[in-house]
Amino acid sequence: MNTRHASYAGAFHPLARLLHWLMAVLILTMLFVGVGMVSTVSEKHEWLLALHKPLGAAIFLLALIRLGVRLRYPPPPLPADMPAIMKFAAHASHWLLYALMLSLPLVGWAMLSAGGYPISLGGSLHLPPLLPFNGEVFAWLREAHRYLAYLLFFTVLGHMGAALYHGLIRRDGVLPSMTFPSKNEIVTVEPVVVVPTSEPPSAPLL
Amino acid sequence: MTDPSLQPSRQPWRWAVIALAVGVLAAAFAYVGGWLTPQRLSSRQIVNQLQQGGVHPGFRRNHAKGACVAGYFESSGAASAYSKASVFAPGRTPVIGRFALPGGNPYAPDSSVPIRSFALRFTLPHGEQWRTGMNSMPVFPVATPQAFYDQLVATQPDPATGKPDPKRVGAFFAAHPETGPFLAWVKTAKPSASYVTETYEALNAFYFVDAEGKRHAVRWEVTPEANDDAGTGPQAGDPDYLAKDLQQRLAQGPQRWHLRVTLAEPGDPTADATKAWPADRPTIDAGTLVIESEQAQDSGPCRDINYDPTVLPAGIEISDDPLLPARSSAYAVSYLRRTREEAHFPGAPRANPSSEHPQ
Repeated sequence: MNTRHASYAGAFHPLARLLHWLMAVLILTMLFVGVGMVSTVSEKHEWLLALHKPLGAAIFLLALIRLGVRLRYPPPPLPADMPAIMKFAAHASHWLLYALMLSLPLVGWAMLSAGGYPISLGGSLHLPPLLPFNGEVFAWLREAHRYLAYLLFFTVLGHMGAALYHGLIRRDGVLPSMTFPSKNEIVTVEPVVVVPTSEPPSAPLL
Repeated sequence: MTDPSLQPSRQPWRWAVIALAVGVLAAAFAYVGGWLTPQRLSSRQIVNQLQQGGVHPGFRRNHAKGACVAGYFESSGAASAYSKASVFAPGRTPVIGRFALPGGNPYAPDSSVPIRSFALRFTLPHGEQWRTGMNSMPVFPVATPQAFYDQLVATQPDPATGKPDPKRVGAFFAAHPETGPFLAWVKTAKPSASYVTETYEALNAFYFVDAEGKRHAVRWEVTPEANDDAGTGPQAGDPDYLAKDLQQRLAQGPQRWHLRVTLAEPGDPTADATKAWPADRPTIDAGTLVIESEQAQDSGPCRDINYDPTVLPAGIEISDDPLLPARSSAYAVSYLRRTREEAHFPGAPRANPSSEHPQ
């Protein structure tokens, strides 16, 4: 197996990495904008609210593109020596992140529609309502928006903690596969052998 | 194993770095959400204070008693030189409005306060809206959200007497000289016999933006064509005379107001709703507001509208008045609470069956 192939198999596609970090910034910004704007009574309320809607639309469109990129360029496999439960948690949390990135903007759009609000993306640019005016539907969607956003924040926290666990504790190739994969790291990751042993920390790599 | 750096680490500092990163992010989120700073005024605190007199499920937390109305705005075109908003081009814009009494009690007698309010939602083409909430008084008592909150706390009914403690009320107004103009007005103000004969003021300043992008500081009001209080005066013992008067008048025909826009001159305060602008400022008659019908507020189309005064079309912008973002933020909390109650959301207070549909 030559190095070029190994580097392709051991890291995320550069476009996937670009989208990941761009969206990481946008989503963290969005979560802080959202939780801040509903609480504050200062003048920040107005510009945070004005930022929240176009930012949500941008995240939704980027998430769609990213889903396409992920299907076109599958991510590198997780290290073979990862316990099954950890692998499951990794895969489940990734799909949960995709589900939330796509559903939160839609729930927000539907919620504003049901509340009878104009859905302004800035200036006189408005989205059409997704749902008819209905206060009760608004209440359900507004609460869904809140709790899905909390879930997204906790999933992002877990995702970040897990990435640092891979980078600082396990020191496997997972974190570099999304940051700056180097040939050396890939060589250590790529030819993984599964070693059935009760001492996973010391045995598997090379 | 030749390279020790490839071994999984058990060094505690590495775990500490992870815990710190996750902890700092979580703490920052909690800080921005206001959970770590209970002393910082939030929209939740304002609405909690508004419902100190008791929760009336499904009703607005302020201006709880009122009626829905519907009609249209017939623009004269006179304001279109100052604002590019399509509502000011000659023509009609449909309006859903709401008359109300200030206060959180949906059963308050109409004579209990000398102030009435009028909220409007104009539905413009292409998804735009203009929402405004106006009051029948010349100035607002206070200039800032904090002072508004402090006023609510100071005037909250004492549980022992059911009335505000005069000492606390006196101390508040003594500490807030900006309330002077409001207090001078309210001393002589009398509860009107009709919603229809009142002038309603938008109190907060806004900017009109013209087609060239130039901003003009404005305040607006609607002034009634009907100016008779006689004949339909409050009937003794009837706490709901305003709704009956409204029904009677609308049965006879549409009721009209003029939307008058006052233009500020340089130096007129835009960030202080306690200060009226000098009376000689030019005003524009932007058109006629025509109210044709009324509906009960518990089933009418105004029920589920949040009359957030910062919902504006292109061509109108908020000013630097600090009350405006606070109104927007607090109205959103009130709107969510009452729609949750309508939806019988788990955990939301329920109306008891005898009082759920009082009108």
